[in-house]
Amino acid sequence: MMDTILLTGSVVLAAVILAWPLGWYLDLAYGGRRFWATRFFGPIETAIYSISGIDPSEDMSWKRYALLWLLVNLLGGIFLYLLLYFQPFLPLNPQHFRGLGAGGSFNTAASFITNTNWQDYSGETALSYCSQVLGIGVQYFMAAATGMVLAVGLSRGFSRADQAGIGNLWVDLTRTVIYIFLPLSVLLALFLISQGAIQNFSPYLRVHLVQPFLNAGKLVTHQMLAMGPAGSQTAIEILGNNGGGFFNANAGHPFQSPSGVTNWVLMVGMLLLPFALVFYFGRVARNRKIAFSLMGVILLLLVPLAILSQQQDLQGNPVFHALGVTQANHPQFSGGGNMEGVEDRFGTGASALFGAIATGTSTGAANSDYDSFMPISGFVNLFLMQLGEIAPGGVGSGLASLIGFFIISIFLGSLMVGRTPEFLGKKLEAYEMKMAAFSILVMPVLVLVGTAIAASLPGGRAAILNPGPHGFSEILYAVTSPANNNGSAFGGLDAGTVFYNVLTGILMLLNRYLAYFPLLAIAGSLAAKKRMTATAGTLNPATPLFAIFSAVVILLVGALNFIPALALGPVAEQLSLPALHAQAVLH
Amino acid sequence: MIRSLRTALILFVCLSAITGIVYPVLVTGLAYLVFPYQAHGSLLKVRGKVVGSKLIGQNFTAPEFFWGRPSATSPMPYNAAASNASSLGPDNPTLMEHVVKRVSYLKKMDPQERGKRVPVDLVTSSFSGLDPDISPASAQYQEARVAQAGGLPVSQIRVLVRENTHYPLLGFLGEPVVNVLELNLALHQAYDIRKSRQPTPPMKS
Repeated sequence: MMDTILLTGSVVLAAVILAWPLGWYLDLAYGGRRFWATRFFGPIETAIYSISGIDPSEDMSWKRYALLWLLVNLLGGIFLYLLLYFQPFLPLNPQHFRGLGAGGSFNTAASFITNTNWQDYSGETALSYCSQVLGIGVQYFMAAATGMVLAVGLSRGFSRADQAGIGNLWVDLTRTVIYIFLPLSVLLALFLISQGAIQNFSPYLRVHLVQPFLNAGKLVTHQMLAMGPAGSQTAIEILGNNGGGFFNANAGHPFQSPSGVTNWVLMVGMLLLPFALVFYFGRVARNRKIAFSLMGVILLLLVPLAILSQQQDLQGNPVFHALGVTQANHPQFSGGGNMEGVEDRFGTGASALFGAIATGTSTGAANSDYDSFMPISGFVNLFLMQLGEIAPGGVGSGLASLIGFFIISIFLGSLMVGRTPEFLGKKLEAYEMKMAAFSILVMPVLVLVGTAIAASLPGGRAAILNPGPHGFSEILYAVTSPANNNGSAFGGLDAGTVFYNVLTGILMLLNRYLAYFPLLAIAGSLAAKKRMTATAGTLNPATPLFAIFSAVVILLVGALNFIPALALGPVAEQLSLPALHAQAVLH
Repeated sequence: MIRSLRTALILFVCLSAITGIVYPVLVTGLAYLVFPYQAHGSLLKVRGKVVGSKLIGQNFTAPEFFWGRPSATSPMPYNAAASNASSLGPDNPTLMEHVVKRVSYLKKMDPQERGKRVPVDLVTSSFSGLDPDISPASAQYQEARVAQAGGLPVSQIRVLVRENTHYPLLGFLGEPVVNVLELNLALHQAYDIRKSRQPTPPMKS
């Protein structure tokens, strides 16, 4: 347990330390002026603008910004759909995979343009290298960039006054990709490869087994190793909080994450940009303390839940114990805890931590089988998503949602003490409140209605793998994850059916566009407002007290919405474990 | 609007070319230059023949070798072209049946360990189904059996296990593990040496 607390602390600390200078870099990159990095990336940028006929000085109204934002995703979706559908006719398909069909192509396209990266297929048995790099890979960058600009646009709402626009979407997208994602991804990819992640475009490799074995009456003498550009794909998948796996086993596949060190680096990588955006926001809003306040809320929610999840999984499965198995965790011998679906090189603690970070950020990557987690660890994964992806949430989208929650908290707090609600010099009025409340309510409605539909229709129930309350948890997870644009899964549920392709595809699109349009509207409205000077009568959000208050508001909203559903799933499961244990002892 | 659509299209094509073609090609090129061994899958060769990857486990079943973790891939265990987990929940009766079966098989095959509990990673399937490692505890559990079946002294087996145990960086970035394929390759070599020294192979009991 000490080791995992050390691990958690080191991951969070490393992410915060690296995010601080990165926040400064983001400010320079999105500021639009020339700076040292312009020397390297400026020429590429200028070339793109001149080919595309973009006027980088154009300032867009929030409506134009939002519509073009939608347009970029739409183009990406159509392109990805066509690539997947016509996969067999395209190059770089050494394994001769077939097309994904209409349902699979729609679901995957919807999933990857919304930065959900829910997968109803497994990478190494369904996607050609062309679909991987030119389809999925491009969306890793583009969908994450459309996430980043949400936070950038909203930040400008606070830094600007009396202005009609919130920036230029073309410039923001281009700069996100060229200045931020590309250099970071190249660095991370090379590091992963140095540790053993594979990077090639070779056909799958047949190797001679050291010891042939009998399988179903036939002698197996060879092993087929899946190949591919796993390193470059994993790097951006993690940095952009995308999370779709190159392989079915995602970040638990030894060719994607070969060691405990890469596992640690991937966890830091997931937190890096969401944390950097918080510091970026503090800079842009010229209020460094607000960044600490936001970071405080994130850590208050994320860290205790992550530690709870690790403790539960490390403690192991009481039923295993009754069956004559040891789950003791000695530093020298390792291998303790609930090891079902966990890789030995990571161990249960680091796997539960990875799960919490992958669901707290909207990455949704997996280094272990979340479906086999202990009930309360699975609960933590679910709950971190159900908080609305704000601890810290996906790149950009997370900070935008968190600011939405801050607006609600400020409104509540100001009402409690009888003050005019005001945030960073901007007066909050009915319009902002309506938009923020709308944005926050979209997800719970989608999750609860979606779960009710899936649990009551045969198509929803037939896909379940595990019996009892865990089966309900599988459905709840399969709806919660897409409806929060997370993408992680309880893998037992068969998500490749027409029912789930359609349901999850619609949920992903609805959440992404209904929840974030209102936030861009707030950005536009705030940018147009005058700046007020703070007085003694202003509620100061940059205090520890306010951070705790906001965390409680977020928890309350999440708890009130989801406790009933969670009680039917993971909570019921946890309560049934002692009975199973007693049964196993009797045998 | 038409102008915006044209701009969006051209921008999308430009950025797609950069992120979908230039990026992977650049990384692959650099990887081939600097880390060619890793980029191709950390392959292990014996007498010029590729016998596997250091990072991908294989399904060992013979008593004179160390066994890896149960694997949930199909149609055969350790199918490295289709990684897969069992996805069985912690309260699933099927998981319990699997564990009971695995525990009793290990108890039968490792009578020397009578009375000891079986290490958990030896009876639970890994996430990828390709886990190349076992815990040191699981290696220790199998030492006596391997020594007996392979006809080598336990002390020699212990040395080989120690040589193939990897400790995590700084003690907490990961877990100590024993790489099963590398260990078994070392065993294989030891068996070959023993065979070449002894003109008549020992009778198997």
